Amino acid sequence: MAKFEGLAREMIALRISKEINDGDYVNLGIGIPTLISNWIEGRDITLQSEIGMLKTGPLADGEDVNQDLINASCQAVVALPGSAFFDISESFSMIRGGRMDVVVMGALQVNARGDYAGWANPARGLTVGNIGGSMDLCAGAKKLFLAMEHTTNDGKPKVLNELTYPATAKGVVNKIFTDLCVLEVTPKGLLLQEIFPGLSVEDLQSVTEPKLIISKELKEIEF
Amino acid sequence: MNKVIPSLEEAVKDVENGASIAIPGFFACGVPRALLQAIIAKGTKDLTLCCGCGPLVGASDELQQLVKNGQIKKVIDSYGLFRSMSKGLADPFEQGVRAGKIELEVFPMGTLAEKYRAAGAGIPAFYTPTGVGSVVEDHVITNIEKNAVKKETRNISGRKYILEYALQPDFAFIHANIGDEDGNLRYQMTARNFNHVMAMAAKITIAEVENLVKPGELDGNSVHTPGIYVKRVVQVPRPKFRISID
Repeated sequence: MAKFEGLAREMIALRISKEINDGDYVNLGIGIPTLISNWIEGRDITLQSEIGMLKTGPLADGEDVNQDLINASCQAVVALPGSAFFDISESFSMIRGGRMDVVVMGALQVNARGDYAGWANPARGLTVGNIGGSMDLCAGAKKLFLAMEHTTNDGKPKVLNELTYPATAKGVVNKIFTDLCVLEVTPKGLLLQEIFPGLSVEDLQSVTEPKLIISKELKEIEF
Repeated sequence: MNKVIPSLEEAVKDVENGASIAIPGFFACGVPRALLQAIIAKGTKDLTLCCGCGPLVGASDELQQLVKNGQIKKVIDSYGLFRSMSKGLADPFEQGVRAGKIELEVFPMGTLAEKYRAAGAGIPAFYTPTGVGSVVEDHVITNIEKNAVKKETRNISGRKYILEYALQPDFAFIHANIGDEDGNLRYQMTARNFNHVMAMAAKITIAEVENLVKPGELDGNSVHTPGIYVKRVVQVPRPKFRISID
């Protein structure tokens, strides 16, 4: 199956950054979500890193790199005026305790009920995998967004009727941002709100298992 | 009470075969590398290494040594494998897990944090919402099928929760930026991560510190881990490591 051309990963991140409000406390997962930090500099958005940091600054380079100051994606970052450090149980108290306004995670698969899979790829042939903080973040997020490629590298759907990979959590996803579209998870199914310029709804549906509900206000992906 | 031990060798002298050891660190950040090297030198076998978020993925040189020497029986972690599948396939630790020679038990990171905190706080078990809707609510996630013990759940005020147990290792190896002779510790920025809860959790806590100071030189307002949790303090050079995750 051919893979449709869509947004670059950085542009998915830019689109999601528009969905985050000033004043929000936000946690970003590994992968595309981490790229969002490049698009929110100067805005009043506070990044929490589950390693134990609030008000995480941008990536560090050169002399600013300090091995004792990394984000949850294991990248060297800088501290900002007002950054706070704390231990891991404090960090997960904030997360499970419902203080995160927005959590953005990567995903391997998602379905129309807002279940998603991200912690284990069965192709690895193991019953164990890397859960990290993903399940805790799902348990406590006020809003959960997914940032993902719409299809696998060979064009197979990742937005499915039923997950075939082990679930990270069920019924938790609010919005899905892919290289091809923006989908809202609603009680009736996936509502298509925005689509990649030039891509037809039929083409999008052909790489999406659940039948999409087309928004009356459907538009091209806006930045 | 002066808790300073002159050498790493002496600091780990009572870590016997079959011991469980808490290893803090978030990938390479905040890992007690010198104490790991001491246990490699000692050659202690059948170790259970109780981690939080991939310290052995971070301290990969030490992990390779431990695997090569056949010192590891089991690892408990939330992120114990390389992120990249191709790198994982070539990794001797993952090969040991694949072959069932090393057990890997996996919990969500916040659940692990709470398992250590609970052990230190005298709480035997707790209910958490984390993992509901995944296999984590059904059984312990492990590569050794017979150890995939069923878990209990309970509805509290209309929401489902999982019963998880406290985890008390025999030892904790801690890495702190500053320690005083009384065992009070202070960490640097994000290197704190699992160090404090693990220092609380273990029966015997051994801290390697980059800067050893006299009582009074570490301001009591700045103590992160009070000395009551710490049995031994040993001074080590500041470690150097590579920041990255694969």
